[in-house]
Amino acid sequence: MPYPELMIKPFREELTTIGFEELTTAADVDRWMEQNRDGEPALLVINSVCGCAAGMARPGVRLALREGARPQRLATVFAGQDVEATATARGYFPDVPPSSPSMALWKDGEVVYFLPRHRIEGRGPEQVAADLRAAFEEHCAVAAS
Amino acid sequence: MGTFHQNKSELHGITVVVDTAGPEIYVGRCDDMDEERVILLDADVHRDGDGGRSKDAYVERAARLGVWKKHDRLVLDRRQVTSVRRLGDL
Repeated sequence: MPYPELMIKPFREELTTIGFEELTTAADVDRWMEQNRDGEPALLVINSVCGCAAGMARPGVRLALREGARPQRLATVFAGQDVEATATARGYFPDVPPSSPSMALWKDGEVVYFLPRHRIEGRGPEQVAADLRAAFEEHCAVAAS
Repeated sequence: MGTFHQNKSELHGITVVVDTAGPEIYVGRCDDMDEERVILLDADVHRDGDGGRSKDAYVERAARLGVWKKHDRLVLDRRQVTSVRRLGDL
């Protein structure tokens, strides 16, 4: 059962205030995925309420995007809240077991890097950011301005 | 680093690999653990050799991507458990 929207609003805004597009419907996800076939790297964050891991994931993403190579195209779905959008997004990487929070880096229509929940939980934002930065360095040619 | 739930074990909320003296190996989110039992949520179980995969090969894949949940909740007898490791450390 979804949480009250008022409760999760700050969790959404931790990402939307730094440029993440929130995908709340299946159509949103399909449209976003379609545009990711153009070679530009794109990051999808599967957000969640879980304080054990999501409380580290969101600050970790914010840190990772501050400087250096990074994807310019950012989107998020909220697991447990925007159920249809999340299921549709997961349908684009059917071989990956569902977990949230988690993050997928896309390029040319394929997942080139996946950060599952178990690589986030129990770690600090700096460690999460370090993993993301390494993936960005490998896959994202565009440096932040 | 554990989580905020002070009345639980320090691995509460953490995805762990639980190996046993038998052929079974488990991956799931630790709910609690004490001297008598390990409680896992959203857990998967693998038997050594199933699908041609050893325990090590199963864990290697689980560490990369995670596991598909087969059980909502499992209670394991601690006497059968030989190790409990964080999946994220592997």
